Amino acid sequence: MSARFDHAIRLGDDALILGQRLSEWCGHAPMLEVDLSLANIGLDLLGQATHFLGVAGEAEGKGRDADKLAFHRDVLDFRNCLLVEQPNGDFAQTIARQFLFSNWQELLLTEVAAAPDTALSDIARKSVKEVIYHCRFANEWVVRLGDGTEESRKRMIEGLDWMWRFVDELFDAKDGAASLRPEWDKRIATVLSEAGLEAPKPRRGTMGGRKGHHSEHLGHLLSEMQFLQRAYPDARW
Amino acid sequence: MYTTELKDKNQKSVTPVAAPEDPERLAAFEARVAADDFIEPKDWMPDAYRKTLVRQISQHAHSEIVGMLPEGNWITRAPSLRRKAVLLAKVQDEGGHGLYLYSAAETLGTSREEMIEALHSGRAKYSTIFNYPTLTWADIGAIGWLVDGAAIMNQVPLQRTSYGPYARAMVRVCKEESFHQRQGYEIMMALAAGTGAQKRMAQDALNRWWWPSIMMFGPPDENSPNTAQSIRWRIKRETNDELRQKFIDVTVPQAEAIGLTIPDEALKWNAERGSYDYGAIDWDEFYAVVRGEGATAKERMQARVKAWEDGKWVRDAAAAHAAKRQVREAAE
Amino acid sequence: MNKVWPLWEVFIRAKNGLSHRHAGSVHAADAKMALEAARDTYTRRMEGVSLWIVPSAAIVASDPGDAAELFEPAADKVYRHPTFYVIPDNVKNI
Repeated sequence: MSARFDHAIRLGDDALILGQRLSEWCGHAPMLEVDLSLANIGLDLLGQATHFLGVAGEAEGKGRDADKLAFHRDVLDFRNCLLVEQPNGDFAQTIARQFLFSNWQELLLTEVAAAPDTALSDIARKSVKEVIYHCRFANEWVVRLGDGTEESRKRMIEGLDWMWRFVDELFDAKDGAASLRPEWDKRIATVLSEAGLEAPKPRRGTMGGRKGHHSEHLGHLLSEMQFLQRAYPDARW
Repeated sequence: MYTTELKDKNQKSVTPVAAPEDPERLAAFEARVAADDFIEPKDWMPDAYRKTLVRQISQHAHSEIVGMLPEGNWITRAPSLRRKAVLLAKVQDEGGHGLYLYSAAETLGTSREEMIEALHSGRAKYSTIFNYPTLTWADIGAIGWLVDGAAIMNQVPLQRTSYGPYARAMVRVCKEESFHQRQGYEIMMALAAGTGAQKRMAQDALNRWWWPSIMMFGPPDENSPNTAQSIRWRIKRETNDELRQKFIDVTVPQAEAIGLTIPDEALKWNAERGSYDYGAIDWDEFYAVVRGEGATAKERMQARVKAWEDGKWVRDAAAAHAAKRQVREAAE
Repeated sequence: MNKVWPLWEVFIRAKNGLSHRHAGSVHAADAKMALEAARDTYTRRMEGVSLWIVPSAAIVASDPGDAAELFEPAADKVYRHPTFYVIPDNVKNI
């Protein structure tokens, strides 16, 4: 499998799974205005997924397009990080996931945008602008919830605690993203400080997503997402 | 999305009360409206006009918000990346429409919180169409094609309704709405031209959504006592039956174009009238749904109440944080 | 909701050279949220290059009841309009 395929499938799967999770909020957010914001982020990510998976399909050269890749792989062949497949939980858990992911994704895509592979760098360059906005949204909500009421603070701490075990995977040395960690740590610390929160205590990172060993959540997510294409294999939609 | 003057058969309608109001101001108001002038917030207006508008605009807004649910039901299961993105964008638009309309209603002296309270308590109504379930992917096509189609028919004339903020909201809504209908029809086209199972799915969805869609235009004219006043005040531009007939006339050929059959045996082109004759509508079903007995009425309300209640701690947190910020900034 | 999350009016500049025009309102707890809500609600179709958000409570509006004294006297002062003045055709550029 080519390096471009490997790279593109991860970028695509990260965006696809997180986009899918965010779309679950549609019609259920705490406030109508927030519903629109979450949908916007979801749409940005679905757009990124479509582009990156398209590049992956071409790089693979077996005639699979973005839809084929999205709807006809099982868990062992998905390459998203464990962080994005975590359930939405309450709003604080969703914000925790977005906060940790988007700050990482921005740094990552900035690097990809400067890389020599134009198929990926063009998409990355456009996507970075979107992700800057996602960071802004998530960072501000971490502060509002961390420094809001006693209840919101408690939930924000719990949300970060749930997600923290999936941080190390983002910076796995084998993926070449380890160099992003110091900058990411700084950003996270700055926002947490403004929110009056401490970083969750260090713990052993749970890994495996990048080689297809996911959490129990992904299977259910894919069952729902892929049902129609799987149930009607000869249909076009 | 569409709303009607929804009342239970036995509920009293809003009658104009001219007596306690200054007859000169009332005459001046009626003249302005008759001259196609716009009424803006804080302009003098008859109490009945204000009340009718708050009810109509807020119920229109509630319809958009509740309308996010039947379609939202299929976003995670959309059968392609493109269909998923388009559906998510459409449902997001509906939320946005609700927002524009709540915004317009607030200029009349009500608040978002009051309106939401009215919806959750059952006092405020929303369009009956959203109390029907979405059982298959084809339902998403049927809703876009028929329900948005009916909404467009109602909304286009409202762009010149007499109340300025409502008219401007409608202009914005109409710009966004035509993509909604095309999206739905495109889904139906793909299904109707697809496998046997897909064709069956499409026809089944049409069978279930046709009659509720034409009921969206509201009760027959003879059972709509406020129509004359609403038309004079330009809150309504055409009657329920006029719009219903228009809708049927444009939609039948659209069904024929993709080989689907409208589930009405009495449907027949009437060359003399230049319109389609159609079968009797089950108005008992309509009033039952208005009363709150629609198939998914409980699910819809439960979802909206849950979202609002579950979200309270979030709203409280944001407000608390803003207040803390203000105090800190004042101290600097 | 007005007590918890106040109302903000939204103005959009469609493109440079044009003024900001009123688009509607949003509820938000603070200015940052209001700006983002305005952007997410009113500019999804590339409708603008600049946004203003103003707390609704800060807007001072003329009273429609005062329209007569505020606006009608201007109707009498036609000498403010160029068409009031008759200049012969052979005199150019004026």
